[in-house]
Amino acid sequence: MSSKLRILVPVKRVIDYAVKPRVNKAQTGVETNVKHSMNPFDELSVEEAVRLREKKKDVEDILAFSAGPAKSQDILRTAMAMGADRGIHVVEEKTELEPLGVAKLLKKVVEEEKRNLVILGKQSIDDDANQTGQMLAGLLNWPQATQASKIEIDGETVTVTKEVDGGVETVKANLPMIITTDLRLNEPRYASLPNIMKAKKKPLEKKSLSDYGVDAAKRLKTIKVTEPPARQGGGKVEDVDGMISKLKELGAL
Amino acid sequence: MLRTRSLDINTMVAPLCNGLLRQAVTCLRQSRQTFANRPLSRDALRRLASTLAVLEQRDGKLNMSSLASISAAKKVGGSIHGFVAGSNVKTVADEAAKVEGLEKVIFVENGAYDKGLPENWAPLLVENIKKGGYTHVMAGHSAFGKNLMPRVSALLDVQQISDITDIQGEDTFVRPIYAGNAILTVQTEDSPKIVTVRGTAFPAGAAEGGSASVEEGTDPKAECPTEWVSEDLAKSDRPDLASAEKVVSGGRGLKSKEEFDKLMPPLADALGAAIGASRAAVDSGFADNSLQVGQTGKNVAPQLYLCAGISGAIQHLAGMKDSKVIAAINKDPDAPIFQVADVGLVGDLFEKVPELTEKLKSS
Repeated sequence: MSSKLRILVPVKRVIDYAVKPRVNKAQTGVETNVKHSMNPFDELSVEEAVRLREKKKDVEDILAFSAGPAKSQDILRTAMAMGADRGIHVVEEKTELEPLGVAKLLKKVVEEEKRNLVILGKQSIDDDANQTGQMLAGLLNWPQATQASKIEIDGETVTVTKEVDGGVETVKANLPMIITTDLRLNEPRYASLPNIMKAKKKPLEKKSLSDYGVDAAKRLKTIKVTEPPARQGGGKVEDVDGMISKLKELGAL
Repeated sequence: MLRTRSLDINTMVAPLCNGLLRQAVTCLRQSRQTFANRPLSRDALRRLASTLAVLEQRDGKLNMSSLASISAAKKVGGSIHGFVAGSNVKTVADEAAKVEGLEKVIFVENGAYDKGLPENWAPLLVENIKKGGYTHVMAGHSAFGKNLMPRVSALLDVQQISDITDIQGEDTFVRPIYAGNAILTVQTEDSPKIVTVRGTAFPAGAAEGGSASVEEGTDPKAECPTEWVSEDLAKSDRPDLASAEKVVSGGRGLKSKEEFDKLMPPLADALGAAIGASRAAVDSGFADNSLQVGQTGKNVAPQLYLCAGISGAIQHLAGMKDSKVIAAINKDPDAPIFQVADVGLVGDLFEKVPELTEKLKSS
């Protein structure tokens, strides 16, 4: 007996991956007045969810979710343009949510929206924490498969190939389940113009943290954010012999 | 100071709105205390840091790179206990007992933990963390640690700190963010403090010289809903990429898997180096995924990182810029890799790499 897939894809608005982040003068964070886009790993989650439907899996709906400032709405529209059916946006301007807070929020969403599959990116490229999916799985006491490079669903059974140190590993579990995506999983599509137009009409619900009754107060206190030590590069040599003698000089050979 | 001033305010304005103001002042005082005073008094009263270092094992052999969590724990101070679980794990526990710095090794003998599945490992750790009353729990930021520790953190209602590169106090940790383009120093009040440790940022620790006691831990025998099916690990006689002294790495410039396989292994052999690759090389199928160096692959910090045909995108630099010496061969003199390379050679890698290999072999 197979149950319909009710998929949740949490997405995060982050500084675009191609932008080199600059630490601000006050050393409290990085300059955020730059181009933002959807976290690359989240694009993979949305793509995978849409492909499941295209593979004729019984997908009831794909719900995209984001928590963050008003501009996160753009990211949700992108997810819908890629094929998500609807969106929920928890608008939060003041507090930058930490993975534990997000996981608690997602748990509420999973319960209220009766989700049975959550596909998240393995990490967001801003804080590089790599925690939210695993935390959510822990809070729900659901099975988890992280860093997925292949997902196969057969009825209730989900088989996931995961990227691990030194190779791949395959695990199997029954729905409901949490999966986090690795870069190898798929090649996300570009949203076409007609789909971007259609996405504007898809339902997008605005909510607040208090609607879910989640305490997402920050646990960690930022002491400072600094530039990494700069490397002295630029020492060029003329030929291979020059390279070998310079490496010897530096004690690397 | 805060106290006297608030007292002044209290006495001065008290007749007006006594109760309300006092409440506000108390509130303020409490919130100030949270960060400023608590760690201090805790330190002064009892230096009771105790760390559980989660060690990894495979087929009855201790994973040496997981010992970095012990080196990190030493920086916190206090007692350090190691933790291992799996089948026939007593021998691993005995091996770990010799690791310098450990006071005790806790082992749980149960084959259910062999595959490192977080669904039963998380309850196992939670039980043993609670039983031991640890202030810190540390594990490597490896595939195992990344998969497991956040689940443990959620069960303990703790905000984990991932991939730390330094420790500045029992509650203050340093970690890279934005692919290593910024360094964050962060303080936590959570207890226990759960961190994953970047292996290359801490010394591996001595495998000899210790004499820890060995003790059996508690086993909650939690059900595991996930079944481990299979694994396919790239086999290699070369040094392990993450801990190698030397790494040679190839990128898109190698153009094909054939060229990658023709040029990189001989160069690696000539140097006794591990082989790495850029994401472009991995995505194009030149090299196995497990060889990827960068933000989403492995972090390496060898004595020598020698790369060919890699432009030096920020995501790649994130994984290798802590290398002692960086050498680069690239035909584009403006490639960003030259901004970080100690030794740069502008030229065609199809000529330069074989020449370099030959000259290294004969020298």
